[in-house]
Amino acid sequence: MVKDYVPLLILAVVAAGFALTNIGITLVVGPWRPTREKMDPYESGMTEIQPPRQRFPIKFYVIAMLFLLFDIEAISFFPWAVLLRPLHFSGFIEMFIFVVALLIGYLYIWKKGALDWE
Amino acid sequence: MYALILNIPGPNDAVDTVIESLVKSVIALLLLLASFGYLTLAERKILGRMQSRYGPNRVGIFGVMQPLADGLKLLLKEQITPREVRTGVYLLAPAISIFVAIMAFAIVPIGPPLPWLGKVRVLAVANVNIGILYLLAILSLGVYGIVLGSWSSSNRYSLLGGLRSSAQMISYELSLGLSIVAVVLLAGTLSPMGIVAAQNHAGLSWFILLQPLGFMLFVVGGFAETNRAPFDLAEAEQELVGGYHTEYAGMRFALYYMSEYINMVTVSALVTTLFLGGWVGVGNGILFTLTTSAPWFQLIGVFWFFFKTLAFLFFYFWIRATLPRIRYDQLMWFGWKIMLPLSVVNMLATAFYVSLS
Repeated sequence: MVKDYVPLLILAVVAAGFALTNIGITLVVGPWRPTREKMDPYESGMTEIQPPRQRFPIKFYVIAMLFLLFDIEAISFFPWAVLLRPLHFSGFIEMFIFVVALLIGYLYIWKKGALDWE
Repeated sequence: MYALILNIPGPNDAVDTVIESLVKSVIALLLLLASFGYLTLAERKILGRMQSRYGPNRVGIFGVMQPLADGLKLLLKEQITPREVRTGVYLLAPAISIFVAIMAFAIVPIGPPLPWLGKVRVLAVANVNIGILYLLAILSLGVYGIVLGSWSSSNRYSLLGGLRSSAQMISYELSLGLSIVAVVLLAGTLSPMGIVAAQNHAGLSWFILLQPLGFMLFVVGGFAETNRAPFDLAEAEQELVGGYHTEYAGMRFALYYMSEYINMVTVSALVTTLFLGGWVGVGNGILFTLTTSAPWFQLIGVFWFFFKTLAFLFFYFWIRATLPRIRYDQLMWFGWKIMLPLSVVNMLATAFYVSLS
C-alpha cells in the first residue's frame, strides 16, 4: 500500500533537513583565514609537484562492471526467495539452472584474470 | 501470534499517520545521533582498556562529556576548503552520506508492536512489506557519498581512498545480499517484522542456528560495508592519509564520521533482526510471549533489542583491537573468490532444504 511509504518520505525530509542544516552551518560558523598554502590540496606537507587530477587504474572500472552484472542477478533472487515454498522443488531446479549459467560466466571472468589484483 | 504480527492494522487516519511518523523520525534521528556520540567514547574506552590504558577520562566522570567536547570542537574549527575542490559536489557529498545512513535504519523494528493511544503501533519508522529490498537499495546508495566526496576533493589521496573503499563496498555487497537471500528463503517474507516473527514462532529457531555460514558471511560483509577494521583500507594512514575524507575539516568531516558510526549501528541492528531473533529474548515462550502479556511488559523487547545490538557493536570494537588490516589484493581476492562462491553455495543449499520442506 502506498501509505506504508509515507513514514519513509517523512523520514527522508527529516534526514535531508538535518544533513543540509549541518552543511549550512559549516558555511557560517568557525573562523575563515585563508592563506595560499593552507588552501593547497593536501600533499603530505610538501608543495604540489603534479596536478592532483590524474588517471587511475582501469581495474576499478572492471570491478564496477562485474558488480553491476552480479548485483542485478542477486536482486532477481529476492522475489524467487519469497515464493520458493509455493513453487516447491521445480522452483529450485529452475533457479539452479540459472545459477549454473551464472557460474559459467563467473568461471570465465576468473580464468580471464578479471578477479586478480596484480 | 504469527498472524497478529503480519496483520497489524495500518493507521487509518492521515493526520495520525503523519504525526506518528514525524515523532518516530525525530526519535530515530536523536537515537542515532546519541548512539554515534557515545559509540565514539565507548570505542576509545574499550580500545584503551584492551591496550592497557585508560582512554578518555578527563572531560567529566569517565569522560562522559567527551563526545560533546569533540562535537563542539569540530563545529568551531575552521572549515578549510581547498582551492581546487568542486564546491557544489564537495559540500553535498557528506550530506548524501549521512542522509543514506539515517534512511537505512528506517525499517529496523526495535521492539514488538505496542498499543498506544488507541492503535497498535510498530516500533520501526516504517513497516513496509519489502523492507529488505528497500534496505539493499539504500545501502547501495551509500557508495555515492564516498565516490562524490573523494572525486570532488581534487586530491590524489582522496581519490585513491574513495576508489578503494567504493570497490571494496560493492565487492562485499554481493555476498551480503546473497546471505540475506538465504534468510529470506527461510522466512518466506521480505518484511523485517515477518523475519523476526519467523525466527520465534517455533521455540528457539534463530537464524544464526539455521544459517551459521550465512551469519558469518553477513558479518564479514557488514564489516567491509562499513569500512571498519580489518577492512579499513580507505583510512590506511601510512599510504593514503585519511582516505576519502582527507580534504574535509570540521563539521563536514564529522558528518562522514557520523555516517560511519550510524552505519555500524544499522549493521548491528540488522544482525540482531535477521540472525539473532530481533527483539525476542532468550527463553521466549517461557518468560515472555509476544502477545499475551500486558502491553507495557512488552517493552522488555526493546531492552533485548538494544542488548543484542550493543553486544554486536562491542564485537566490532573487539575485532578492531585484535585483527591487523588486510592487504588490498587479499581483500579483493577474498571477496570475489571466497565470499561470493560461498554465499551462492549457502543460498542454494538453503533453497534445496526449503523447497523440499
